[in-house]
Amino acid sequence: MNETLIARDIAAEPEQLVVARRRSPAQRLAGFARRNPLTVFGLAVVVLWIAVAILAPLVAPYGPLQQDIVHRLESPEGGHLFGTDDLGRDVFSRVLHGAQISLPIGALLVAIGGAFGTLVGTVAGYAGGIVDETLMRLTDLIFAFPTIILAMAVAAALGPSLEHSILAIVVVWWPSYARLARSMVLTVGQEEYVTAARALGLGRTRLVLSHILRNAMGPIIVLATLDVGNAILTFSGLSFLGLGSTPPTPEWGSMVSTGAQELDQWWLGVFPGLAIWTVVLAFNLLGDGLRDSLDPRGR
Amino acid sequence: MFSLSYLIRRLLLLIPMLFGVTVVAFVVSHVVPGDPAAVNLGQYAMSDPTIVAAFRRQWGLDKPAPLQFLVYMGNLLHGNLGISQQTHRPVAVDLAQYLPATAELALAAILISILVGIPLGIVSAVYHNRIIDHISRLLALMGVSVPVFWLGLVGLDIFYVHFSLLPGPGRLDESLTAPRTITGLYTLDSLLTGNWTDLRSALAHLILPGLVLSGFSTGLFTRITRSAMLEVLGLHYTRTARAKGLAGWRVILRHAFPNALVPTLTSIGLAFANLLTGAVLAETIFSWPGIGRYAYQAAVNLDFPAIMGVTILVAFIYIMVNLCVDVLYALVDPRIRAR
Repeated sequence: MNETLIARDIAAEPEQLVVARRRSPAQRLAGFARRNPLTVFGLAVVVLWIAVAILAPLVAPYGPLQQDIVHRLESPEGGHLFGTDDLGRDVFSRVLHGAQISLPIGALLVAIGGAFGTLVGTVAGYAGGIVDETLMRLTDLIFAFPTIILAMAVAAALGPSLEHSILAIVVVWWPSYARLARSMVLTVGQEEYVTAARALGLGRTRLVLSHILRNAMGPIIVLATLDVGNAILTFSGLSFLGLGSTPPTPEWGSMVSTGAQELDQWWLGVFPGLAIWTVVLAFNLLGDGLRDSLDPRGR
Repeated sequence: MFSLSYLIRRLLLLIPMLFGVTVVAFVVSHVVPGDPAAVNLGQYAMSDPTIVAAFRRQWGLDKPAPLQFLVYMGNLLHGNLGISQQTHRPVAVDLAQYLPATAELALAAILISILVGIPLGIVSAVYHNRIIDHISRLLALMGVSVPVFWLGLVGLDIFYVHFSLLPGPGRLDESLTAPRTITGLYTLDSLLTGNWTDLRSALAHLILPGLVLSGFSTGLFTRITRSAMLEVLGLHYTRTARAKGLAGWRVILRHAFPNALVPTLTSIGLAFANLLTGAVLAETIFSWPGIGRYAYQAAVNLDFPAIMGVTILVAFIYIMVNLCVDVLYALVDPRIRAR
């Protein structure tokens, strides 16, 4: 067995014999997998969908816009795995290509919203005083609006387009990160190594960047991972309402919207929505697992 | 007794919040590219110069921005939210008509979440790490991840289209007329007026949308109750109760659970926000005549006054609900009152 026994010096402390077993990285990974099967499952599904997003043009049997009017509205019993839509396009291929849209947009939303929010929160936490108060009241205000409602208003005000819907979602997305970054900055700012660094005469910017932020980023990264799923959910919701991506783009939300108009052709809406569900669930599983492993109480 | 100063403090905080909401709404409605008159009035009305002039006067569009805001605030305080481009009625009237339907749907969803989510969370915590715990956790996560609009579609497909078990879209069977309006909630009104056919139909129509809408909050309540119970079950007073010889479930329900209730209460705010969001999507799928569907149609038709009206109303409701949750929280947890 791959064990190394490490024992304390028996002569020094005869009562206490501390024994530790050193395990290989592979064994630690296997142990983690056994304890958290759901997290590993989530990670696997996320990786699978990322692969689909990258390889869609190679793997999909048809193009996403490729029409075949003769075979329109065929159910999955025919030649097409997920059936065809009203223009004869293969639903399976469109669902695969949809990953190329939803995943990058979800990641983009979290990246922009997260970056901006972290910036605002760090400034608020570090500056304190009136700057802090003002910025926090602003985040409170945006929290007063349920996500889709405000996003709808902004998207409608600017005009329905892909860029505007992304902007609309970013507007409602950044406050959570601002709050989190601010509280992390305040907590880490109390740590001794920060005081020490400041005493050494370290400049403000350098202090914030290399000392505070580096240690504060942990929970922020966890939130961001968890959030990609929610971002995809919100964006597909907006597209479902016609305010985000519009046909013929094979975006999952707008595909479900088309499917809702043709309840008999169930395959039009069910498969894209299933894709959304599995992606969001996978990200939630992954994020949950990440959060649990960071939590010392280990529940 | 209950701390009056805490209550007053929270109520006072309400005013700047509501003011802030109107500021945000004003900013959003004036960020519109192009002529606000064109966006608010629609093409037909724009061809008539007297209507356009009247509109400009009423909303102070010729005045500088700060003054415009005062005019905007003034209009809001008088309940004037503009005229909807689709219905050609005041937006305030539209909202008053559609709000009860959404309220009924939201109440149904929250009831389901409480009745299903909380017991499931308790059971999950008590049988920690056993198979039922893993299943509940997975189910809860699935509920939290599901797209509402898709779940509604699948529900309709299965229960209405394929198996004809449940009625389709709408609040009542088409052949029936609505009960006499007392509260606007069809179930309550038909119950109060003894209209049993209407009551049966209204309840049947409420099942599927209510279940679909409750997906997220049920998952949320399960997760929060579970983690709160896990924490409480390990604490001193639980062990004390057990040591005193009290039966297992009695300990769980009467000693552990009330203390686990507090985090669940605070998550009601989050659940409610999600209900409002989900209502827009669910009402669209089920053709439920509530403010969610009103918002959707307004968004699709770029009916700008209606969109802003819904946004302001929903924000107000959300702030009020959070206030109630905070007050409830203070009522339940004496430690908060002492502050």
